[in-house]
Amino acid sequence: MKRLSLTLAMCLTGSATLAADVAPKDVQFDEDGAVAASLTGTAGDAVNGALVAGTKSLGNCVACHQLTALADVPFHGEIGPSLDGAGERWTEAELRGLMTNAKMTFEGTMMPAFYKVDGFIRPGDAYTGKAPTEALTPILTAQEIEDVVAFLATLKEE
Amino acid sequence: MNYKALTAIAVVLSLPLSAHADADNDTLVINEEDTLVTKAAAPAHVADVLDEVMSGWHFRSDETQSLQMDDFENPAMVFVDQAMDTWETVEGSEGKSCASCHDDVDESMAGVRAVYPKWNETAGEVRTLPMQINDCRENQMGAEKWKYTGGKMNAMEALISVQSRGMPVNVAIDGPVQAMWEQGKEMYYTRTGQLELSCANCHEESYGKMIRADHLSQGQINGFPAYRLKNAKLNNVHARFKGCVRDTRAETYKPGSSDFVALELYVASRGNGLAVEGPSVRN
Ligand code: HEC
Ligand code: HEC
Repeated sequence: MKRLSLTLAMCLTGSATLAADVAPKDVQFDEDGAVAASLTGTAGDAVNGALVAGTKSLGNCVACHQLTALADVPFHGEIGPSLDGAGERWTEAELRGLMTNAKMTFEGTMMPAFYKVDGFIRPGDAYTGKAPTEALTPILTAQEIEDVVAFLATLKEE
Repeated sequence: MNYKALTAIAVVLSLPLSAHADADNDTLVINEEDTLVTKAAAPAHVADVLDEVMSGWHFRSDETQSLQMDDFENPAMVFVDQAMDTWETVEGSEGKSCASCHDDVDESMAGVRAVYPKWNETAGEVRTLPMQINDCRENQMGAEKWKYTGGKMNAMEALISVQSRGMPVNVAIDGPVQAMWEQGKEMYYTRTGQLELSCANCHEESYGKMIRADHLSQGQINGFPAYRLKNAKLNNVHARFKGCVRDTRAETYKPGSSDFVALELYVASRGNGLAVEGPSVRN
């Protein structure tokens, strides 16, 4: 609980820098799907990244990936590979690319694009099942992406 | 699922390299007498993507499975009994009940579920079972339509389904229904919503795997309507589809819409050869 309120405080201060974020449509991928430049210019916070990755309403990465570092979060799915050692296998730029839009790295992958706002078929208003009334927002904010990238970079052990 | 079962699963999952839980090899015997076909060779029109079609029953826990093996334990049977009363109840301006036209449900409705959705020549449309039920209510009885996903409708669908229990699903896919079947197929493979996921992503490519706490099945509908422990009521096919589409962060289709009729026709045909199981029990 303590960690949660700390993070909340961080989210609030984090939003002040929003204006400087790279917009979803402006993200530059290289030909392998990596994204070299930080989306926010603010270093990612690995502790918050772990929280985002394990929280259902945020990244919910464990829905599809097993992850020893998040063993205290119940129910890890098996759709994608285990993320143990992801920080060993991928550079920061590659991880940022995977988080922003994994389809640029793995064509046709089931992994959702977490920082994308257009090009969808029948997009809804989050999980309401209704049509959106406003422009879509990405599933994660730019800073949340940076935080998860920082967290993934710490996963060195296979 | 109780708390103990939940923690047991969590423990299994935290073990490295836990083998994924495929469909089990249990046999579905109902009331200790009727053995149902819950695995079958894939029908020709899906043989390019699946070897075998399997009932969702194989992907549920032993506890959930056993509830479906005895009609006294199957919570859906209460609704079947209620619908039995409705079957005999006169309603509407014509002074008729279902029984006025169809007599004994166990004779007149045997085999019906197995071939739905199906083409109705007079109306020139593909009809699902709820559509046909409402057509009878409106045009034969002069009674009010039931809500497509409502309790009365689900119960009646369960009563009619159970008359075909054990018979192989045998939905026609050609002739006048072909265009709609193609539309349903197209929908099945379309990646919708902000998560960009199709039915096939989860139920064709990933069945047998866990997605968070859920064990993915092939998304077959031979067991519908299904009593879900989660909401403690019967759920019909379109209500289930709606939930799955919503979970892709998409705008869903409406229950009873021609889109969902097309999808139902296609998904039903993917289960051709499996036994009708409805009403089933799921979590
Ligand atoms: C709906 C399923 C799904 C979700 C949710 C998901 N992923 Fe993935 N992910 C995949 C799949 C499948 C792959 C494998 C890529 C492929 O071949 O398609 C993958 C690959 C990856 C990889 C590279 C795998 C490696 O070799 O280490 C990383 C890193 C990754 N995901 C991180 C994440 C993170 C972090 C999140 C949450 C913010 C997330 N994923 C959410 C399905 C998912
Ligand atoms: C993100 C993953 C996902 C997608 C996409 C998805 N489903 Fe599902 N579906 C599930 C889960 C999880 C369940 C519950 C476990 C199970 O039975 O597979 C389920 C259950 C079902 C069931 C109940 C099966 C039974 O035996 O009780 C049906 C039918 C179904 N889905 C059809 C569909 C159709 C049709 C689509 C596309 C419109 C679809 N699903 C898309 C995840 C998904």
